Amino acid sequence: MKEQLKTIQKDALEEISNAEDMKELQAIKVAFLGKKGSLTQVLRGMGKLSKEERPVIGELANQVREGITAALEEKTTSLEKLEMEQQLQNEAIDITLPGRPVKVGGPHLLTQIIEEIEDLFIGMGYEVREGPEVETDYFNFEALNLPKGHPARDMQDTFYITNELLMRTHTSPVQARTMQEYQGIKPVKMICPGKVYRRDTDDATHSHQFTQIEGLYVDKNVRMSDLKGTLNTFAKKTFGEDREIRLRPSYFPFTEPSVEMDISCKVCRGEGCSVCKETGWIEILGGGMVHPNVLSMAGYDPDVYTGFAFGMGPDRIAMLKYGVEDIRHFYTNDIRFLKQFHQA
Amino acid sequence: MLVSLNWLKNYVDISGISTEELAEKITKSGIEVDGIEYIAQETKGVVTGYVESCEKHPNADKLSLCQVDVGDEKLQIICGAPNVAKGQKVAVARPGAVLPGNFRIKKVKLRGVESNGMICSLQELGTDDKYIPKGMEDGIYVFPDDVKVGENVEPLLNLDDAVLEFDLTPNRADALSMIGVAYEVAAILDKPIQLPEAEVNTLDEDANDHVKVEVEAPDLTPYYAAFLIKDLEIKPSPLWMSNYLMAAGIRPINNVVDITNYVLLEYGQPLHAFDYDRLHSDKIVVRRARDGEKIVTLDEQERVLTEENLVITNGKESVALAGVMGGFETEVHDGTTAVLLEAALFSPAAVRRTVKQTGLRSESSTRFEKGIDPARVKEAGLRACQLFQKYANGKVYAGAAEFDELDKSEKTVKMNTSQINRRLGTEISAEDIVQILNKLRFHFDRDGDYFTVYAPTRRQDITIFEDMLEEVARIYGYDHLPFTLPDGTPQAGTLTEFQLLKRKVKSYLQGAGLMETITYSLTDEKKIKRLISPEVNEENITPVQLAKPMSEDHKYLRLSLLPELLSIVSYNQARNQNDVAYYELGSIFVSEEETLTHQPEERLRLSGVLSGEWLAHPWQQESKEVDFYVVKGLMEGLFDHLGIQIEFKQVKLDDMHPGRSAALKVHNRTIGFIGQLHPLLQKDMDLKDTYLFDVNLDTVLKIVDRDPEYGQIPKYPSIIRDVAFILDQDVLAGNVKETIEEVGSPLVTQVQVFDVYEGNNIESGKKSIAYSLLYQHPEKTLKDEEVEASFSEIIETVKNKYHAHVRS
Repeated sequence: MKEQLKTIQKDALEEISNAEDMKELQAIKVAFLGKKGSLTQVLRGMGKLSKEERPVIGELANQVREGITAALEEKTTSLEKLEMEQQLQNEAIDITLPGRPVKVGGPHLLTQIIEEIEDLFIGMGYEVREGPEVETDYFNFEALNLPKGHPARDMQDTFYITNELLMRTHTSPVQARTMQEYQGIKPVKMICPGKVYRRDTDDATHSHQFTQIEGLYVDKNVRMSDLKGTLNTFAKKTFGEDREIRLRPSYFPFTEPSVEMDISCKVCRGEGCSVCKETGWIEILGGGMVHPNVLSMAGYDPDVYTGFAFGMGPDRIAMLKYGVEDIRHFYTNDIRFLKQFHQA
Repeated sequence: MLVSLNWLKNYVDISGISTEELAEKITKSGIEVDGIEYIAQETKGVVTGYVESCEKHPNADKLSLCQVDVGDEKLQIICGAPNVAKGQKVAVARPGAVLPGNFRIKKVKLRGVESNGMICSLQELGTDDKYIPKGMEDGIYVFPDDVKVGENVEPLLNLDDAVLEFDLTPNRADALSMIGVAYEVAAILDKPIQLPEAEVNTLDEDANDHVKVEVEAPDLTPYYAAFLIKDLEIKPSPLWMSNYLMAAGIRPINNVVDITNYVLLEYGQPLHAFDYDRLHSDKIVVRRARDGEKIVTLDEQERVLTEENLVITNGKESVALAGVMGGFETEVHDGTTAVLLEAALFSPAAVRRTVKQTGLRSESSTRFEKGIDPARVKEAGLRACQLFQKYANGKVYAGAAEFDELDKSEKTVKMNTSQINRRLGTEISAEDIVQILNKLRFHFDRDGDYFTVYAPTRRQDITIFEDMLEEVARIYGYDHLPFTLPDGTPQAGTLTEFQLLKRKVKSYLQGAGLMETITYSLTDEKKIKRLISPEVNEENITPVQLAKPMSEDHKYLRLSLLPELLSIVSYNQARNQNDVAYYELGSIFVSEEETLTHQPEERLRLSGVLSGEWLAHPWQQESKEVDFYVVKGLMEGLFDHLGIQIEFKQVKLDDMHPGRSAALKVHNRTIGFIGQLHPLLQKDMDLKDTYLFDVNLDTVLKIVDRDPEYGQIPKYPSIIRDVAFILDQDVLAGNVKETIEEVGSPLVTQVQVFDVYEGNNIESGKKSIAYSLLYQHPEKTLKDEEVEASFSEIIETVKNKYHAHVRS
């Protein structure tokens, strides 16, 4: 029997080693270890052995069984690994084919500019105020030191609805409304973005509707240097730390002194080029110290309170920032235009 | 305002500074220089010549063969100008000369005859057509006889001049005159200023003996002076004067007219010369026009006047529109020998009204409207008389017939050093302020740090402390102001709840694949009526209209954002951009008034349009067109995001597909609608199937629930039961779902439709809808019997209520 067992072990190990797949291996397992398997058959003959032989053969038989089982397990593992490799190879795909598109929308470029400016000023403690687009003559003009017949009313050609109602020509009426609401006692720190309207014929640089953001800061002891510092912060955050600003005297009926702010040209860095019309500077916004008439009309004592105000056009800023050549693009809403500003 | 630097040099020294640098300094001090025009910097080698003879070209009818003396030689030149003639002094470009446009003159043969140069017109020398003196528009330029032969023409014709173009703000009326500009430049460069002296040798005879001035509207005419000049000789102005006028953009006419224009530019004082003989009167009456009164103005237009207009009359009829334009009848003409010169101050309001009403605007009206210097009105008249005498041989009567209620006082402004520094954030000394005031040539009294400034009458814009603050700051230099940030009350900057929600809505829609748009609020007559949300339409609204629209396209204030959005879809699809998903957040303007007496209500709406493909993955053959359920899904997601329960109710609306539209309801109140655009309208606008949504965002954002309630995640297992019902076609899936929820409550916590089928195996007129029911108890594991009992009850109820049966 000893010989028989050894032969079985040898045969089994050889067959296991040669097995090529799981199915074959399973068949080998049955052929040797199954109920009718050769090892089982041999073991059935144990009864015929003598008392002395039985433990010896028994132990040998167990060793043979364990040996075969171990070999089977080992082979199973390696075959499974092989099979997995095979499967993975079969499952390989062409990773160069395009992926499933994700539908992505985005904000309008003007909204991006506006929200960026909003966030900057919120960070400096300003609140964001909004107001009606159809305004009264009072808030759009009179409360801003532009009484009826004032020549500077010509600076803003107006869409009137009635003698007293109009499409607001700037977002300044929101400033007047806010000051009035704060009743001459609370400091005002606000910006007001929104749509405005002018009686202009639409062309590459004019639009009868466009956007504006204005800012207002009223408190005790506000200085003109504060306006300069605030605008400098805004310009550097919005256009880049390497840009310089310059203020020039100007005129607005609602501010005195008044300023116009230029930033250094991005293209030529102040040397003069076609972008900046050879001046080295690009006009960005207007502002100034709030006119005492505006303060007193809103209930603020101009001897106690002073303030600054400024206003700018997101349309113009977007055009300068991205080189957009025609203001009408903002309102035509060509998908090929809008899509380009996803990353902005 | 066009400022000739050659002219300006007469009043202030601007040597030693380049034109560009000067322009930059002026800009930085408050008057924006918009451009610099060099009259004809490129012209070289053009000299004066004398036409000794002028004959017909032997081989060409229209050409002349001229012998021209240019001083050091005689040149044979062929000239094509019709006005060339023997005895003229002309501008000759010799061979080698350069004309504007880098045009080099060479010796040439014309029709077989040699030509050694060119006799030039002003256009050829670089002057704009519109400024060419009268009579020389179509030919060569002819110099006055007193010009020497062989001289360079550049200085003679002012070709070496540079002109600064000022973009003046309305407050700086003072810079509408050369003298005003001289004050400004003198202040900036810290240079002395030299003013003209208006001295006249008059006749003994007094103007008052010949003319009387009556002002019937003293409120509008605080000053009127009439000077009288006789024995005038009308001829061309001196060369220098024509040159300056041309540089300033005014065409020379004749000496008398030119002198009034010259003084207008020099002093900023509009003057008007009436032909004295044609006035037929010895008095001037200034009054308001009578309604319906007529006058023919210089431009030969008849104007019908109203009481709004101020007119100059000869006591009977009007002879000029005060401050705006003279009358045709009394215009100075070639035969004029005597003029009545008007130097007056008309109120800005009066002139403005006439300008508005007639649409006429002139160099005069511009200056009156902005305010002229009351101290120089009469002086300007005298200056003109001086020039009449000198350049038109005029004899000036002594004195002037005057009406004078003029306020020539200087406004006083008090200021002190610390007040200035506190406002500017600077540390300017009192000495610095003294220097600044001296540069500006403002008179002042000083007491240590305290100043009383007397604002000169030429600076009508300076009335209060802040005006002086600006003067000090701009001469000190805005560049020298420090950079500071306000050190006032700190305050937290935040967006309001409403503004945060708007941003939340936008970011949801953008994440869902929609692109934001901004469209026009003003729309046309057709669009104003379209696609108004049902709850808005129920109100008794009247569209708000502009009083004077610029175009029919932008006439009404919109009542819905959708029509403009649809135009955008149509624009894009016409350019093969078929797949669009757009939204806009914007106001509509609602009013019930026929004639608006108060502001319309502005309601914030959220609207969107979707058309074309929604999702696609082409190589996997996947494509999903936009449909009703895409839009519905977007809205369900949005309202879920906002914590608002929303319902969709079938609705029929104008311009919408009757079977594919739904009203959006919150707590039974309509807040908008969704659906497909009516196929007829789609066809009309050349649109692919287009779906849209429109929501009153004002209302929605007021009821948002931003306070989610936390519930524990269920610990006990849930059980799912599925059932498919065969239903009549017209039974709505949503109604059945409601019934299931009602009967199954509270054990059934969720009901979902997972299949809708009609066709094979389903009898016609019927459909199968399959529901998946989720059973869940928060506090225990549900027993099969409990679920079974509820499930059976649900099935029985649906069967009875909808004549349904269960699909096996």
